[in-house]
Amino acid sequence: MSLDDLKGAEGVLEGALGKAFLAERVVMRGRDLHQELGKKDWLSVYMYAITGREFTDNQIRYLNFMWIATSYPDVGIWPNQVTALAGSARSTPSLSLVAGLAVSEARLYGRKPDRRAMDFFYRAAEQMDNGKSLEQVIEEEVARRKVVFGYGRPLVRLDERVAHTLNVISELGLDGGRYFNLALDVHRYLKKTRGLSLNIAAISASTMADMGLSTEEYQLFLTLVFVAGMVPCYLDAKRRKEGTFFPVSCDGLAYSGPGERAW
Amino acid sequence: MPEKFELHSSIWKEEPEPDNPFVARRCLAHGYDVYGEVIRKSSWSEYILLLFLGQRPTASQVALFEKLAIALANPGPREASVRAAMNGGVGGSVDAASLIAALAVGAGQYGGAHEVYLLVEAWQRHGKKLSNWTEYLNDPNLDYNEDVWSRIEHPPGFDPHGVSCSTPTEQTLSFLAELMPGSYLEWLAQNQSVLESQCGLPLAMPAVAAAALSDLGLSSSQAIMVYMILRLPGAAVHALEQETLGWKKFPAYGPAIHLSDDPGAFPMPDVSRFEL
Repeated sequence: MSLDDLKGAEGVLEGALGKAFLAERVVMRGRDLHQELGKKDWLSVYMYAITGREFTDNQIRYLNFMWIATSYPDVGIWPNQVTALAGSARSTPSLSLVAGLAVSEARLYGRKPDRRAMDFFYRAAEQMDNGKSLEQVIEEEVARRKVVFGYGRPLVRLDERVAHTLNVISELGLDGGRYFNLALDVHRYLKKTRGLSLNIAAISASTMADMGLSTEEYQLFLTLVFVAGMVPCYLDAKRRKEGTFFPVSCDGLAYSGPGERAW
Repeated sequence: MPEKFELHSSIWKEEPEPDNPFVARRCLAHGYDVYGEVIRKSSWSEYILLLFLGQRPTASQVALFEKLAIALANPGPREASVRAAMNGGVGGSVDAASLIAALAVGAGQYGGAHEVYLLVEAWQRHGKKLSNWTEYLNDPNLDYNEDVWSRIEHPPGFDPHGVSCSTPTEQTLSFLAELMPGSYLEWLAQNQSVLESQCGLPLAMPAVAAAALSDLGLSSSQAIMVYMILRLPGAAVHALEQETLGWKKFPAYGPAIHLSDDPGAFPMPDVSRFEL
C-alpha cells in the first residue's frame, strides 16, 4: 500500500461490480437488473448479488425456508426487543429494524457463531483431506478452543428448527453434501463422547458450505434473516400506549455497586 | 400475579418519587448523587470518566480526556465516518440515521474504533516492551480467529497510505504525552520513529487515541465506546451542514464509476399504450 493507491483512486472507480445508468439501465455483476435479473425471485437476486452465482430452484427454496424459519415474532428475543423498544419509544420504522438487525451481529448468538460454525467445517474438512481422522480434528478443536461451534447442550430439549430444517433438506435433495454429512458425523461423535447435539447453526453452516459460500458470503446472506420476525414486534409495540413495553420501575433496577458517597 | 423482572447494574441506582414508582427522585452513579451533587461540582469530563471507570478520575486523567476529546471531536469531512454521516445529511435522512451511518463506518479497522480496540488489547499484552510491539506489528493477525471482523490489512496504528506522520497527529501525541509523564503516550512518543521505521509507515491518530485511552485505564471495549462517542460531534455538524448545502454541493460520483463487466443496453419495453 502507498500514497499512489489514494492518488490513483481519487477521481475514478475502475472495475465496479455494479452501476446505475440513471434513466437508462442498471447493471449488477454483469447482468441487466431489470431485463435479466428482473425475471428472477428476490432471494435469487440477493444470492447473485452476494456470490455472483446462480443457485438451483431447490437451493433457493431451502434458503427461503431458512429465512422463514428464523422469523420469530417474539419480543423476548434480544434483537426483537430492540425493535420493540424502538416502537414503544416511537422511533421510526427503519431505525427500529436497523437497530434490531445491527445487534444480531452478536457473540452469543447470530452472526459470530454462524461464521465460526462454517469456519470449523472448512478447517475440519481440510485437515481430514490432509490425513487426520475426524476424532483427531474434533479433539484438537475442543482442546484449542474449548468448544465446537454449532454443537452444545440445547437450552430447551430440542431446537424446533432442527427437525423442520432437516426435513426440508431431505425433501429438497440437499442432504448429500460433504459438509452436511460431516456435520452429522461430528454430531454423532460429540453425542457419544460428551452428550452434545448439533444445533441449527451447524445445520445451516454446513449446508451453506455445501453451496460453496465463504464465511463472509454466509454472513451477508444471514444479515436480514430475523427481519420478518422483527416487524410484528415493532408493530405490536407501536399499537400499545407509548412507553408501555415492559416498563421498568425504579425498584426493578437491582443495584450492586458502592454505597452512597459524597463528591 | 405478573412476574417481577429486574435489570441489574453496579453503576446506577435510582430511588422512586413517592407518587410514581416509574420516575426517579434520586439517581446515583457509582454512589454519587447525580442531580443533587455531581451536576453542581463535576465537569462533564469528570462525570463521563466516573461512569466508565467507576471512581472519580484524577486531575491528570480529566485533563487528558478533555484534550483527547478535542483531538477526536472532528475528523473532518474527508474522513469516512463523517462522509457517511454527510450522505445522510445530503438526502435529508432522519438525523439519527446520519449518526448511525457514522458509527457503522467509524467502527471499522481503517482508522476506526476496531483499530483502536486492537491497539488497546496490544497495550494490555505488550505494555512498553518494544520487542513485543515489533513482533506484534509485524504480524497483527497471528492470533486471528474467524470473526465478523476480518483480518486487519495494515499494522494497527499506522497509516497504510501515509508518507510521513501528519502534523495534527504529531501535535496531538506531543501535547498529550506532556500531560501524563510515564504514560503509554510518552513511551509512544519516545519510540515513534523506531516503530515507524520498523513498519515502514507513519504513525496515525488511532495509535495516539489508543495510547491515551489505555492511559485513562479503559478496557479495549470501553475504548471502542469512548472513541466512537468522542468522534460523533464532527459527524453531526457536517451532516447538518451538508443538508443545508444541498445535493448540488456534494460529489456526484456516477460518471467516475466504470464497470468490470457490462452487458450493454437492452431495448426499453414499449409502454406507449400508457401515453406517459
